[in-house]
Amino acid sequence: MALLEIKNLQAHFHTRKGIVKAVNDISYSINPGETLGIVGESGSGKSVSQLSYLGLLPSPPLRIPKGEVLYRGENILSMSSEKLRKLRGNRISMIFQEPMTSLNPYLTIGSQLIEPLVIHCGYSKKAAWKEACGALDRVGLPEAEKSMKVYPHEFSGGMRQRVMIAMALTTQPEILIADEPTTALDVTVQAQILDLLKAIQKETQMAILLITHDLGVIAGTADKVVVMYAGSVFEEGPVENIFEKSEHPYTRALLKSTPRIDLHQEKIPVIGGTIADLSQLKSGCPFYERCEYRKDICRLTFPSHREIDSAHRTFCHVESFK
Amino acid sequence: MSNTTLPEGIKPHEEEVGTSLYKDAWYRLLKNKFAVLGASILILELILCLITPWVAPYGFETQNLELTLAKPSWVHWFGTDNLGRDLFTRILYGGRISITVGLLASLVSVVVGVIYGAVSGFIGGKTDNILMRLVDILYALPFIFLVIILMVYFGRNILLLFLALGLTQWLTMARIVRGQVISLKHKEFIEAAKSIGVKTRFIILRHLIPNALGPVIVYLTLKVPAVILEEAFLSFLGLGVQAPMASWGTLISSGVEVMEIAPWVLFFPALMLSATLFSLNFLGDGLRDALDPKGAKD
Amino acid sequence: MGLTYILKRLFIMIPVFLLVVTLVFFMIRFAPGGPFSAEKRVPPQVLKNLEAKYHMDESLMKQYFRYLGDLSRFDLGPSFKHSNRTVNEIIGEALPVSMELGFISLCWALLIGITAGGLAALKPNTLYDYIPMSISIMGICLPTFVIGPVLVLVFGLWLQWLPVAGWNSWQDRLLPSLTLGFAYAAYISRLTRGGFMEIRHQDFIRTARAKGLSEGQILIKHALRGGILPVVSYLGPALAGIITGALVTETIFNIPGLGRFFIESALNRDYTMVMGTSLLYFSLIFLCNFLVDIVYVILDPRVKYE
Repeated sequence: MALLEIKNLQAHFHTRKGIVKAVNDISYSINPGETLGIVGESGSGKSVSQLSYLGLLPSPPLRIPKGEVLYRGENILSMSSEKLRKLRGNRISMIFQEPMTSLNPYLTIGSQLIEPLVIHCGYSKKAAWKEACGALDRVGLPEAEKSMKVYPHEFSGGMRQRVMIAMALTTQPEILIADEPTTALDVTVQAQILDLLKAIQKETQMAILLITHDLGVIAGTADKVVVMYAGSVFEEGPVENIFEKSEHPYTRALLKSTPRIDLHQEKIPVIGGTIADLSQLKSGCPFYERCEYRKDICRLTFPSHREIDSAHRTFCHVESFK
Repeated sequence: MSNTTLPEGIKPHEEEVGTSLYKDAWYRLLKNKFAVLGASILILELILCLITPWVAPYGFETQNLELTLAKPSWVHWFGTDNLGRDLFTRILYGGRISITVGLLASLVSVVVGVIYGAVSGFIGGKTDNILMRLVDILYALPFIFLVIILMVYFGRNILLLFLALGLTQWLTMARIVRGQVISLKHKEFIEAAKSIGVKTRFIILRHLIPNALGPVIVYLTLKVPAVILEEAFLSFLGLGVQAPMASWGTLISSGVEVMEIAPWVLFFPALMLSATLFSLNFLGDGLRDALDPKGAKD
Repeated sequence: MGLTYILKRLFIMIPVFLLVVTLVFFMIRFAPGGPFSAEKRVPPQVLKNLEAKYHMDESLMKQYFRYLGDLSRFDLGPSFKHSNRTVNEIIGEALPVSMELGFISLCWALLIGITAGGLAALKPNTLYDYIPMSISIMGICLPTFVIGPVLVLVFGLWLQWLPVAGWNSWQDRLLPSLTLGFAYAAYISRLTRGGFMEIRHQDFIRTARAKGLSEGQILIKHALRGGILPVVSYLGPALAGIITGALVTETIFNIPGLGRFFIESALNRDYTMVMGTSLLYFSLIFLCNFLVDIVYVILDPRVKYE
């Protein structure tokens, strides 16, 4: 049984201008010690898919008409909000993209760090304080004791992201959802943060759901990859398969459009057109307009999955890419 | 863009920029129902107050001791006061005073504020720093006390009144104008540097005025009700306009005295004042949103 | 950091204060129709007091320093109009009344304002939002001397629920303090709503939620500090406004407070009383603004007053 299993999840936003179908019938799962990379453009639904079931999006306008999210076999979507709240920050932690604004500027680092331990694990403030200092050490922040009394604006972006990670890990969660954790950081800091996450994962067998639009990050960190587009999963498989043997036009186009220093490129190929309007999705494949392999059937029905091998699936009508 | 043209040559460019900015703002303003309502009420009031001497049914001073504190009727639309004077007439005349004082005092605040702000922003540096620090400190003081002191000291002269009232409101204006001058200083100065010395002044004036005018108009519209309010405040307490002249403030004060037996004597002047204040505030808010939709809203 | 800020503020405030004080001195000294002027139209007893107090035969310079000395001992001199009383005496009687009125009014303003604004922010675009915000427009636009009489009319005369004048029982305090506080409740409710609305969209609130904090914990620990800042900044001007507004409120409700004495002395040209009271008010406002600035710095650690 997988640690977290998302089954046929749909998430829609009911707005005055219509229903925005941000997530449409997606399914994937993750196991302990695994890093699942979810890759896609902005608007692909990669963040919304996680925020939705955790109760982090306002509920109108969000509605989840269909789907199950099984954590250790239990459906999160049918949990009371109180039970879900006990999971959040405790068994399932999340870190976000903008370290500059994700910490409360009016409170000290320490005061924010101890919260999960005090609230979920019943630690006293003193004990939590000690534990938090240890956490800061583990993420590589010098002078933990001093740092605890400091305010967020006195730290750089990279340091704040480390604080965020420390904060997410104090309760030793089983799943860490990292939503574009390095996008706002320098490349060098990026590498450090990713290494840090990997090291922690090795120690604790924590599962990491890494959401990003950066293929480079995926290549270096993920074990499994899910490629999303316009709210749907297009391809899913081990990282080597996705990068070397992709069986989906979108993935292939994405890979082609990544700048490479080892190739001589005059012009970097781009994917023509723009992403579909999620409030006006028609039946059929959402990539139809921009796909170079499109067929008539692609306009009519959304492709069902096709197994390439045991772990690798694709959602495409096209069978060969010559 | 050629800078060897004479000031007259620059004019077409400026007019083109000016028109499209204001046209856009005008359209936005018209969409704001409250602002339009406010403006309509104000225009109506202004017209009434201008033509009062010809329209007022009775004389300002005309007493009718037979008919004191009469209820509103077809003869006296708003009733009469404690000396039998027609309330409608007195409210109209009072309006003339209140609005005139309001407008004139605001004019004073604009003049003082513009000069102070422009000088401070233009000179910049330490002088600017000191002048603005002064503004910060003065901001906290309730100027109304200074006005009261002046009124006590120099007597209740209506000229002095609106001068003093104007001085209570110049601070915000100074700040705004200074901000505009500073931003313009950096833009236009480069362009001006290319021209010949004398024409620098021309260019700065020609570009400064249309650009700085926007916020000044907005705050003027919001300051006028503040000044009218202060005049009414003073008059209510007996420190403002003196008998035989009346303003809405004095009328409200008389109304309070008889409100137990003749509440309409309080009600109508209060209504007029409130309507004016509401209208000015709505119009001012509308103007502010129209001219600067990026501005922070409640 | 904090200390340099305090010192800098004092550095500027003191000369301004001295300037005001000097102006006051000269105004009293040269007041037309006052005892120092040629036409001494002052009652003989008052004149006697003034001469005794101010040593009017001495040089101007000496008088000025004597005056400063008096001020440093908080001695505001004899009243021009009430021949047997000093300004200090009158203030001593009336100030506590006004302070009580002001304090209760401020409490109402904060209580009503923060509650209404907070509720509106919790349930935006519902009736809990529209109704209080519409009422607040009235509080902002309508002057105290309109609201006061109207409340007196409705609650005092027509419904007869509350007394209309005097300052004896606790019921007497209700109408005046509500009248005075209403305008500030209006502003505060808008500020609270705005402050909380802004906070709730901030990323760090999302982080707090992701950590599993309950809505209540988020509100109190995370949202409150930032959300309340606009209200704190407003307290300075609010106090100045309450002092000014009290002038009207005490007049309408016949309350024996400092404001009413001030108006009386203004109408009667009691110069020392007017000046003395004004100085007191100015000092009070300076002080309170200063305190507000300090509180703000404590609440928002990002603020760096150089």
